[in-house]
Amino acid sequence: MSRADVAAAILWTGATLYALFGGADFGGGFWDLLAGFDDETGARPRERIQRSLTPVWEANHVWLIFILVVLWTAFPEAFGAIMSTLYVPIALAALGIVLRGAGFAFRKSVQRLSYRRAMGAAFALSSVLTPFFMGTVVGAIAAGNVPAAGEGDAFASWLQPLPMLTGALFVLAGAYLAAVFLVSDSERAGDREMESWFAARALAAGVAAGAVALLGLIALHGEARYVYDRLIVEGLPLVILSILCGFGVLALLLARRRRGLRPLAAGAVVAVIWGWGVAQFPYLLPTSLRIDQAAAPGPTLDSVLIVFGAAVVVVIPALALLYWLSQRELLGD
Amino acid sequence: MSNLLAARELMAFTLAFHIVLASLGVALPAMILTANWLGLKRGDGDAMRLARRWSKAMAVTFAVGAVTGTVLSFEFGLLWPRFMERFGDAFGIAFAIEGIFFFTEAIFLAIYIYGWKRLGGWAHFWSGVPMVITGVGGAFSVVTANSWMNTPQGFTLDGAGKVVETEPLKVLFNPAWVYEVPHMILAAYMVVGFLVASIYAVGMLRGRRDRLHRLGLLIPLTVACIATPIQLFVGDTAAREVADHQPAKFAGMECIQESGPEQTEYVGGICTSDGVKASIPIPDLDSYLVGFSKDTEVTGLDEIPADERPPANTLLHLAFDAMVGIGSALLLLGLWLAWSWWRRREIPRTRWFLRAVAVSGVGAILALWCGWIVTEVGRQPWIVQGYMRTSEAVTGAQGIWFAFAGVLLLYAGLGAGAVLVLRAMSRRWRAEGDEEAGEGEVPYGPSEAVSG
Repeated sequence: MSRADVAAAILWTGATLYALFGGADFGGGFWDLLAGFDDETGARPRERIQRSLTPVWEANHVWLIFILVVLWTAFPEAFGAIMSTLYVPIALAALGIVLRGAGFAFRKSVQRLSYRRAMGAAFALSSVLTPFFMGTVVGAIAAGNVPAAGEGDAFASWLQPLPMLTGALFVLAGAYLAAVFLVSDSERAGDREMESWFAARALAAGVAAGAVALLGLIALHGEARYVYDRLIVEGLPLVILSILCGFGVLALLLARRRRGLRPLAAGAVVAVIWGWGVAQFPYLLPTSLRIDQAAAPGPTLDSVLIVFGAAVVVVIPALALLYWLSQRELLGD
Repeated sequence: MSNLLAARELMAFTLAFHIVLASLGVALPAMILTANWLGLKRGDGDAMRLARRWSKAMAVTFAVGAVTGTVLSFEFGLLWPRFMERFGDAFGIAFAIEGIFFFTEAIFLAIYIYGWKRLGGWAHFWSGVPMVITGVGGAFSVVTANSWMNTPQGFTLDGAGKVVETEPLKVLFNPAWVYEVPHMILAAYMVVGFLVASIYAVGMLRGRRDRLHRLGLLIPLTVACIATPIQLFVGDTAAREVADHQPAKFAGMECIQESGPEQTEYVGGICTSDGVKASIPIPDLDSYLVGFSKDTEVTGLDEIPADERPPANTLLHLAFDAMVGIGSALLLLGLWLAWSWWRRREIPRTRWFLRAVAVSGVGAILALWCGWIVTEVGRQPWIVQGYMRTSEAVTGAQGIWFAFAGVLLLYAGLGAGAVLVLRAMSRRWRAEGDEEAGEGEVPYGPSEAVSG
């Protein structure tokens, strides 16, 4: 493995962590949105979601910054090409990030019900739109619609079936992860009612995500042949792993078992992300820009590796402490 | 051209918005922990209450700052894709480090803010200390990236202008970091100190003269007043270094038309190619300030090729003068406080002092903005001094003015929302008084700290 490949693996690790934590965070907003228009019935799941998200949501999103920074430092050409082509969905995702962060932060602090509703709506709606647009970006890259020189078609690059399906998959995968995580959180809090509320939704989101993934595979066959061909050969073990994990989660949910639920659900998502990586390899932008072509000079890549090392030594233990304190309900307003 | 102007205005506006929130992220933790430390050490319930309130306010400002910061990292690519593509491998290094600092700050901020209820007193205090360190570290990383744009080094270009080799340490420790980084960190401490103090000064002017307000004014004001004289020294050094590293920027700042010794220092005025109109001229002073002698040669705009001169010369000059003027006024405010404290261990009795403190926060923010106008407009037409023009870096995407209009509206809402939320919090605290709802059963907090 070359240094450039290692840097790409770091990028994918960041994407994986963002998908798991940021994705679940968006998913929390998804369920907030669907918790019912009636304030009474929606109050309990919303409260559970808020309680689980509050201490960790900020940290969950720093992985996005990590991805951006690694991408522009280690693979500046790819960053420029993606940004100058897919600026429409990326700007919309940025808009969603602003509305979501502000909505979430303000919602807790305002008292009047109508303000609370407006803030909550901003938070919940942007929790769905943001991952959708991020998904279209990934779908457009996989479909090879981002030319290495940049400035590809601003609309035709992402207004296609594959990017749309990828967007939907992002939303559903986040919803699925969130529901599974919230099942465990509710169980630990001893809230049986919310536990089964989220379990039912985890099941539905899992089935829906699986269906969209299947449709995505068909679109992949049509729009991203290079990626498809590698996915069903080199990526096959990961595809199978994802399917097994997905069915494992379904089985556990139906059997009302909670042990192993979270790792299996995470495994299903992680396997898809790495399957995508393997399928694209050795391209960063299939099939116009390879990892080694896009890579920054060696000393810059070394700096990225060192920074990643620092992240492992400093950030991961700190994050573990945060999640541990949060899971033991030692943090709260 | 219009696209370039739109992109520059959009970047300037979003940066100006973010820098205030970023300053809070850099410097507010130190104020919070000072109050927290006083509260724990002396069993001071008022100090403890201040620490708690400020940390709740910071939860809001940090969240808004995190999203506006994310927007900026998107904008690097959305507005300046050619710059990032060509120089991301050098420029990006500092940001990779910043990522770690920001991440760590966000984590410990969450632990600190949400740890008031159930973490033990000193454990909670120490969970906040990493915020102070990471805040300063993050400021270093971001500002050193900017100082690299002013004094770029540590990379080799091939014939096509592509970066083929980098030296990360030279990139990080470029010539300008030594003065830009401390200048910004001190500015953050001044902005936050004067801003927080000004809120309590307004409260005192409205008749709330309790101990809580006095302490809420004194802690941040002391920090800011200590930072101010150091800042004037750092800023003075920075100006001399700029004269050396970026003569075009310096000539623009000071409206120097012709190179030579015995340069006049112009205070205020309008810069024209025939000299400065409507200003207060001080003969020879500029040469003194640059080289401690009236014989010091200073480069004028006549030596700079016409297409490499900074635009909007008058704006640049006035921004520089405003920054220095406000900084000097804040220094006087600090001396006033110091004198009164030395004589009677008390803040000055006159309402004029409170009025001055009440406007000092806004003043410090204006000075901060003026400083960044000098740095950024003064570097134009370059995005990377001497290597890449801003016009070469800009996106080809159309409709930036529309995006700018949308962002203006969005940020107006964001700013208004943040202010409304903070005011509502403050009203709630006042209404609740000592009882602070839901905090009665706090294992450590004002009540216990006082009794223990």
